Amino acid sequence: MDCQLDIFFLEAVLNGLLLAGLLALLALGLNLIFGVIDVVWICYAELVMIGMYGIFYVHKAGAPLIVAALFGVLLVALAGAILHQLVIRPVLDSAPINQLLVTGGVLFVLQAAATMAFGIDFRNLGIRFGSFTFADMSFSYSRIITFGVALAAMLVLWLFLSRTYVGIAIRAIAQDRQIMPLMGVDQRRIYLITSAIGGGLAGLAAALMVLQYDIYPQIGLQFGPLIFMICVLGGLGSLIGGFIAAFIISEFIAVGGSCFATEWGYAIAFLFFMVVIFIRPQGLFGGRS
Amino acid sequence: MMRMSRTAVIGLPILIALPFVVHQLFGGSEKYYLHLLIQILIWSFIYTGWSLMGRFGLTSLGHGAFTGIGAYVTVLLWNYAGLTPWLGIPAAILIAVIVALLVGYPCFHMRITGHYFALLTLALTEFVRLCIVGLRDYTGGSLGTQPRRYGDGLSLYAMQFEPDRVLSYYIALALWLVGLYVWWRVDRSMDRYALDAAGQDEEAAASVGINVTREKLKITAISAAMCALGGAIYAQYQMYIVPDTIAGLGVSLNIVFACIAGGLWVMLGPTVGAVFTQVLSEVLRVTVQGSPMLQALFGSAALALDTLIYGLLLILFIIYMPKGILGTLLDKREKASNQPPPPSRVVLR
Repeated sequence: MDCQLDIFFLEAVLNGLLLAGLLALLALGLNLIFGVIDVVWICYAELVMIGMYGIFYVHKAGAPLIVAALFGVLLVALAGAILHQLVIRPVLDSAPINQLLVTGGVLFVLQAAATMAFGIDFRNLGIRFGSFTFADMSFSYSRIITFGVALAAMLVLWLFLSRTYVGIAIRAIAQDRQIMPLMGVDQRRIYLITSAIGGGLAGLAAALMVLQYDIYPQIGLQFGPLIFMICVLGGLGSLIGGFIAAFIISEFIAVGGSCFATEWGYAIAFLFFMVVIFIRPQGLFGGRS
Repeated sequence: MMRMSRTAVIGLPILIALPFVVHQLFGGSEKYYLHLLIQILIWSFIYTGWSLMGRFGLTSLGHGAFTGIGAYVTVLLWNYAGLTPWLGIPAAILIAVIVALLVGYPCFHMRITGHYFALLTLALTEFVRLCIVGLRDYTGGSLGTQPRRYGDGLSLYAMQFEPDRVLSYYIALALWLVGLYVWWRVDRSMDRYALDAAGQDEEAAASVGINVTREKLKITAISAAMCALGGAIYAQYQMYIVPDTIAGLGVSLNIVFACIAGGLWVMLGPTVGAVFTQVLSEVLRVTVQGSPMLQALFGSAALALDTLIYGLLLILFIIYMPKGILGTLLDKREKASNQPPPPSRVVLR
């Protein structure tokens, strides 16, 4: 192991910060859905994968990247709404674990459908933004763009939730599912809107991920467990908690990965997660219901 | 209980005679059919092990870790320490049980249930898979590894029996019967009632004097031990292990889904689930390979067709048939014979 407090260590720490932006965005969508609808989408990372393929093909067909990204956001938002309507709606009243498992079925379907439609090859957009060097440390521009857009998206969502009527209704439903319908909030409509927003966030994450990662049908398995871990660590449903947990976890991954091998960074993060949950089962910032 | 033993009296001789029937019917391709049967039996055993916990609302996504520990510890001890699987498998089971208790105790003590339990055990699976991949100098990483062949591959000492399919079949059959026996013992024990109560209302169960944590730990240890044993036997039979097929999230999800498809609350439910999933994927594979049209359309990606159909069926099962195939069939028969329905089970939690 070569883990000295040198410039490489600092580079790993800063790259961890940049990764955290993306992970926080991913966790945000899942947390929003859980907080409002009380359902965990195990297939969340697979929705991101669908978005990445959508963006890839629209861009390959000649659309500029920004249009393709917009298409990706809308595509996954639509997918989220359809998922809610067709799959989640029928099991809303059954046991929580059934809801979790039914989206696990969706995970298999999306993965297999992507394999059949797009093959198992790794694809990427082939766009390189290059990187800049600062004090012997190098940072890629795509990571910095990702970080900036992710933070901006979170800010926009926060404004939406705190300033608009629909946003306030969403937060109200999250606080009390029984009473709000009596106050004239259409619960079904709010659920649908929330699912679409959650999907849209996944689509935005997809648009950022195509800049950095190869696209392949199994990419969801690489990110999915990580996102769940961040959400649970922060406290399922706690938006702020997920945000902070994303930073903690990505530092483990980045620093652990630079000191040992990549897998060990992840393994240490998972171990840390389990230990924390044993001490605080509700997560770092979760209130327990 | 009478009906159960009647099924056994008829079913067991059929299962024992099956290799000879297969030999008579499919002389040329008997190896293939026996392989399919062996796979079904080994996975049935693993699924039965999971259902011991699953039926009480302990939905673990961590059993992919236990099958992985069972397979890898046994193989690594054989390859690098020369330890016979006769000792390696108990060691693997012991490690799996210790891991299960280390994770289980805080979980049950802190009353982590539902989503949290599922996602926490999912983290365990990922952790074990990452360790296997990370130790690639020994485990071969994601490319997998093989137990070192001993002599001609047929050895009692090395517990290698892969070349003799009929022998393998009987080993798998014995394993499966052990699994059913454990299930039956648990089903008849007092612990089952305690766990049923805890699964429905933990506080109420604790208030009538049930030591919920201890009951849950007991069943977790048994369940983890069975999955580790199943994983080890799988490795000894396949003679080749990869994280994708024996350790990891995919394995965990397959286990859970096969159990739900078959029926979680009946003895043969997980077995029916294993038959259903294995036969489905084999039939689809053969169909795809036999159909030039499908091959031309999707190429080798057509092999994902079984996963697609499998996933769709699972969604439909959970929405419309949460009791699974066998559970629903037994319910129908119960109704048809106009018996009063058995005390209704609560939904899967």
